[in-house]
Amino acid sequence: MSNSSHADVPGTIKFDGPMATKGYALNKMCYSFNEASAREAFKQDEAGYCDRFGLTPEQKAAILDRDILALLREGGSIYYLAKFAGLLGLNVQDVGALQTGMTVEAFKEKLVRAGE
Amino acid sequence: MAQVLGGITTSHIPAIGMAMDRHEEDTPYWKPFFDGYPPVRAWLEAQQPDIAVVFYNDHGLEFFLDKKPTFAIGTAPQYHNADEGWGIKPIPPVTGETELSWHLVNQLIDDEFDMTVCQELRVDHGLTVPLSLMWPGNRYQHIKVIPVCINCERHPMPSPKRCYKLGQSIGRGIRSFAGDQKVVVFGTGGLSHQLDGERAGFINKAFDQYCMDTLVGHPEELTRLTNDDLVEKAGAQGVELNMWLAMRGVLSEHVTELHRHYHIPVSNTAAGVLVLENED
Repeated sequence: MSNSSHADVPGTIKFDGPMATKGYALNKMCYSFNEASAREAFKQDEAGYCDRFGLTPEQKAAILDRDILALLREGGSIYYLAKFAGLLGLNVQDVGALQTGMTVEAFKEKLVRAGE
Repeated sequence: MAQVLGGITTSHIPAIGMAMDRHEEDTPYWKPFFDGYPPVRAWLEAQQPDIAVVFYNDHGLEFFLDKKPTFAIGTAPQYHNADEGWGIKPIPPVTGETELSWHLVNQLIDDEFDMTVCQELRVDHGLTVPLSLMWPGNRYQHIKVIPVCINCERHPMPSPKRCYKLGQSIGRGIRSFAGDQKVVVFGTGGLSHQLDGERAGFINKAFDQYCMDTLVGHPEELTRLTNDDLVEKAGAQGVELNMWLAMRGVLSEHVTELHRHYHIPVSNTAAGVLVLENED
């Protein structure tokens, strides 16, 4: 019954129960970034901070690599990953560009074109 | 009995709050978006509502995945905003409401909506950005707010049909409340957008326009959509249309469309505004 992809929607991972299970530690770490002190602690020791939350090696590598698509595959929810992006000083256009392999300018242009 | 004046739909993107903080409303990027709001503010000024029921979703401020309600309602006298982790400035406390809100809790649970009831609730940009938009300068503390939070972040999510019925139950609650309060209802979020995956940046203008057209006169047609339909047609975050449907459920069968505005893009999103006046 449960299925972690929208079969007919390419480029989209459905964040459902199985993905929430897979990504729990990762998402919990990203949720902690609501606190300025947590953001600071992460910046001081990124790998150690990941270990405190019990991230899997794949999740930890994706965090250290800033690999948004890998984070999604490892159970990250975009709502919590947005807090990680914020910590890195990235906005949602930057994150969109990273995921689509476009430059930020090209990504923004694509959004404008959607309105034409 | 309390009276439903009408409903407003609006985007609640954090970037809007940041643009207001930086006074960028008249810049070339933002002006076409903010131009949609003076008629909404004028209507609110003329109507002078006492209470706003605000349908929103929590993007990870109050609720984490450890305990995530499908539907939650606030009954607190005051709500606070807080640091969401990426730089939107927290804004002054929001005034709450403790009488109609409990009446709505009773109505909802009688109607088999088993709500999570919150006497403390940190409210995120999903609720606060619309208030800042309606009352610039954050002059919203005169209005009593009843937050109603809908899970739009983790599947399974309540269906469009269920969200519409939630609104209908709240509408019955307002109309059966002994008082002369004037109530306005906000459906926040939307319209089409997708933040995650290789499909990030997906926007569907034709579908958005169909939703706005249909929401006014034939909302039940939209309740035949599933959340998977919404993901496909409106993007992964396009399920926020559910908040619009909940708002529409509160209103009367016939409404008058007083104002409409639509603009692409704001941040990664298509932004739609409607003002719908109740006919009874």
